[in-house]
Amino acid sequence: MAEQTVLFAKHIEAGAKMVDFHGWEMPINYGSQIEEHHAVRQDAGMFDVSHMTVVDIKGSGAKAFLQKLLANDVAKLTVAGKAMYGGMLNEAGGVIDDLITYYMSDDYYRLVVNSATRVKDMAWINKQAASFEVTVTELPELAMIAVQGPNAKEKAAKVFNDDQNAKVEGIKPFFAVESGDYFIATTGYTGENGYEIIVHNDKAADLWQALLEAGVRPCGLGARDTLRLEAGMNLYGLDMDEEVSPLAANMAWTIAWEPSERDFIGRSALLEQKASGTLHKQVGLLLEEKGVLRSGLKVVFTDTDGVEQAGVITSGTFSPTLGHSVAIARVPRSIGEVAQVEMRKKFVDVKVVKPGFVRNGKKTF
Amino acid sequence: MSNIPAELKYATSHEWVRDEGNGIYTVGITEHAQELLGDMVFVDLPDVGDTFDAGEDVAVAESVKAASDIYAPVTGEVVEINEELEDSPELVNSDAFNDGWLFKIKADDETELANLLDAEGYQANIEED
Repeated sequence: MAEQTVLFAKHIEAGAKMVDFHGWEMPINYGSQIEEHHAVRQDAGMFDVSHMTVVDIKGSGAKAFLQKLLANDVAKLTVAGKAMYGGMLNEAGGVIDDLITYYMSDDYYRLVVNSATRVKDMAWINKQAASFEVTVTELPELAMIAVQGPNAKEKAAKVFNDDQNAKVEGIKPFFAVESGDYFIATTGYTGENGYEIIVHNDKAADLWQALLEAGVRPCGLGARDTLRLEAGMNLYGLDMDEEVSPLAANMAWTIAWEPSERDFIGRSALLEQKASGTLHKQVGLLLEEKGVLRSGLKVVFTDTDGVEQAGVITSGTFSPTLGHSVAIARVPRSIGEVAQVEMRKKFVDVKVVKPGFVRNGKKTF
Repeated sequence: MSNIPAELKYATSHEWVRDEGNGIYTVGITEHAQELLGDMVFVDLPDVGDTFDAGEDVAVAESVKAASDIYAPVTGEVVEINEELEDSPELVNSDAFNDGWLFKIKADDETELANLLDAEGYQANIEED
């Protein structure tokens, strides 16, 4: 039996088609995935992301623990509420999960990790925590609603009280404030402005309803996937996993090499991978003719030495904003500006760009 | 429960067939099929004049979720295609049995129609899935 979030009844009320998503019964769409996608690019949409896992790390050893656990360095975080994205790696340099860390104080950090990886994440975090002065607390009593789109902040402002509105005034991206019932963060997974709001389960349905009345459209996991893909954001399990180096998954920017004495888990493996010269890289692909690039399809090209090279699409979709298909692929570094993808028994030409296709409603390539 | 018009014939692969007279049959995909596929993004249609055997793949309906082959329900020649779908593939979602039709085929042998299901048979077929 799949788990349900506290917003399950609100989804049914809104006409959701529910699917099993890694053990959670979640809305895939509320009628049309494409219309929901456009709502987020052009106006404001909301997603129930309560299935994600919130984990609080507290104690005098919190900072040292996270400096060991994460490839990015929490020492960069010095202002309460500041957030940071990055990977939690295994000893072999593979990605156990990607997550957001919020700095609350030197002895209190909040992590938000993926739901599909919850069990292994918690096992790993608890195992590593054993030798540090920290407590690790999962908070299943918290729900989370992402409100995203060019009008998301304006519409959310109607739902916030005066203190909440005062606190979010002028707030920078990747930052969180706490006020009243809400933990409000300027994070997201769509490439648009907006908030991710963490709220107690008891207050989540009221927040959802208030946002609905403010004109925010419910959006399902289908639109969430096309939006994140257009934004060039990785999906754990497709674009990277424990077998994939973050250096081959467009996550090099999340690895803090300095200070060089910080011995985070996976560091020595990453250095070996770099030295090997065989790491693939992540690119974006555009297919401007008919058809949809899908995960698992083979990408081929001939490098400048005339050697046939091959890579793979890790996730692909039709881009509702661009009107054609886009994909994220992992390929040999020698790739040029064009490649071919084997689709339905024939090879089609694709353009190679940086991963990321749409930001703030606009094409980025 | 999706709509299954009684006057149409159906293939187990979720195409519907409407008799237009003179051996011409309009073909589309059922409401049930479009629900399974989700928002349609491209429909790749055959050319007028192409000929197909019953059961041969004629067209591709590509949705946000998957690409799905459309099979010829009868042997014959394509005499018309729904050009509206080039710009508005979503018609397959919004009006599967009418504006979302795919192509018209002139049957070589109308007795092949007997191999298709009636509405009741198609309903039973969906329920088995």
